[in-house]
Amino acid sequence: MRNVWTICQKELKSYFASPIAYLAMAMFAVIFGFFFWNVVAYFVEMSLQSQMMGRSFPMDVNEMVIRPLLMNTSVIGLFLIPMIAMRLFSEEKRSMTIELLLTSPLHDAEIVIGKWLAAMGLYATLLLISALDMAFLFAYGRPDWKPLLAGYLGLLLQAGALLALGAFISTLTKNQIIAGIVTFSVCLLLWVFEWVGGYETAAWAKVMAYMSVISHFEPFAKGVIDSKDAVYFLSLIFLGLFLSVRSLESLRWRS
Amino acid sequence: MIKVEGLTKRYGRTVAVRNIDFEVEKGQIVGFLGPNGAGKTTTMRILTCFMPPSEGTASVAGYDVLERPIEVKKRIGYLPEMPPLYPEMEVTEYLTFVGKLKGIPSADLARRVKEVVERCAVTDVVGKLIAKLSKGYRQRVGLAQAIIHNPEVLILDEPTAGLDPKQIHETRGLIRSLAGEHTIILSTHILSEVEQTCDHVIIISKGEVVAKDSVENLTSRLRGQATVALEIEGRSGTLEAAEIQHKLEQVGGVSKVAAHETRNGRHSFEVETQPGQDIRGDLARAVVESGWNLNELRATALSLEEVFLELTAAEKSTEGEKA
Repeated sequence: MRNVWTICQKELKSYFASPIAYLAMAMFAVIFGFFFWNVVAYFVEMSLQSQMMGRSFPMDVNEMVIRPLLMNTSVIGLFLIPMIAMRLFSEEKRSMTIELLLTSPLHDAEIVIGKWLAAMGLYATLLLISALDMAFLFAYGRPDWKPLLAGYLGLLLQAGALLALGAFISTLTKNQIIAGIVTFSVCLLLWVFEWVGGYETAAWAKVMAYMSVISHFEPFAKGVIDSKDAVYFLSLIFLGLFLSVRSLESLRWRS
Repeated sequence: MIKVEGLTKRYGRTVAVRNIDFEVEKGQIVGFLGPNGAGKTTTMRILTCFMPPSEGTASVAGYDVLERPIEVKKRIGYLPEMPPLYPEMEVTEYLTFVGKLKGIPSADLARRVKEVVERCAVTDVVGKLIAKLSKGYRQRVGLAQAIIHNPEVLILDEPTAGLDPKQIHETRGLIRSLAGEHTIILSTHILSEVEQTCDHVIIISKGEVVAKDSVENLTSRLRGQATVALEIEGRSGTLEAAEIQHKLEQVGGVSKVAAHETRNGRHSFEVETQPGQDIRGDLARAVVESGWNLNELRATALSLEEVFLELTAAEKSTEGEKA
């Protein structure tokens, strides 16, 4: 456990000692800020209209603001996650510092989990920025906080799964750019697989749709925590981490 | 302390190391000598559990590298050819990180870092980013990370490669000062380094061990076979090389005479003497008494360098030009 923490700490430090973390945070703040302004402005416009038309039913902040924002955040994650994950192992391989890690008395799994946790930490920091914006909704309105919490849990699970896959892809190459491009492609495919389910009902289409990240994230955005979706993300996390450990092991046999 | 038996490592079809056997006793400094690509790094990487052997076994302090890698790693300090440094860290921060990795208890960590910093003479750069350090300092920080957990065995892959002469001298001194407490294996392709720092030498070529002995034995084995180079000129008229050769062969203690070139009536010879005899005086007298001019006479001991070249380059014959 101490080893996991040592690796995680070192990894977090190298994120925050380089421009990566700040760049990711700044980009996220701008993009999320834009979405936030966009959704809220639309919401305000709509509520003014409904007031003028004399409708009295209350407008739902959870349904009209929080839910689309969570969906948007999930898409932003799609772009940022490859950038966070790509350097995890590629950089160590290129600078040969992997030799230090692999000849130190720790298990491969401790290295993998430590690095993955650090990447999760950086992603959670990004989500914290979005939470700052979300706080304004509570200052001026009275949305339900439970669905929001479920949404954030979903975002973390989604990021965990994609980061674990990204970590695995990063063990395969010395080149960060290659790791980044491949991870992005995998993230995007896991996203758009859902579309197949829209027009095709054959078994293979159902499997593809099931594999899609979005179909499992959507319930979280609605505030529904379904064990089926949680299991999907948790098994992807396990798969990614397991493959990373195996890949590190095979690095020893191949190198 | 270190025991290697029948070690073989293949990368696909190429064989990097073939059936190597050797043993290193506790407290020895062993030089691993061989040209580039001979399999030195591969052997070291197997010993440090970075990669497994294809065949054979290797054990450190009684622990097998395949079966008990964690125990082996705890007992080994390793400095790879390229020091494994994180440029974005400061020296103290880096050494603390490595110390934690190697399992030093938190209570001792600060003290150990301070000790190795002093030991490796990096005190004046402790607060600097590793990215800003010169090559010599990087090498020393690399050495500091290798000894931070006070390992029983130190494995150093070309510790002086790329350093300037002064830094090489300092690094060698540092390695020698570590000798008492640690068993050390260092690889190099520089012979004088082995002569200066090691007790024992293992010469490896094309993945096979071609010689292993103590440095003293190896050099004295060579010293026994001294050769003498001569240049002789007739005082007047022409002089046949065969005539001189005949004369030299008659001198007591000569085992072989080889005629080299003849230029402007000057003949060069190389005389191999029997072990343990100095016959330079006899040779000089024989030449002068025959009425020839002795232009040059010089003893050329076979250097470790030549033996190394002979051992590592199979096709190279002993009848080469010798400086």
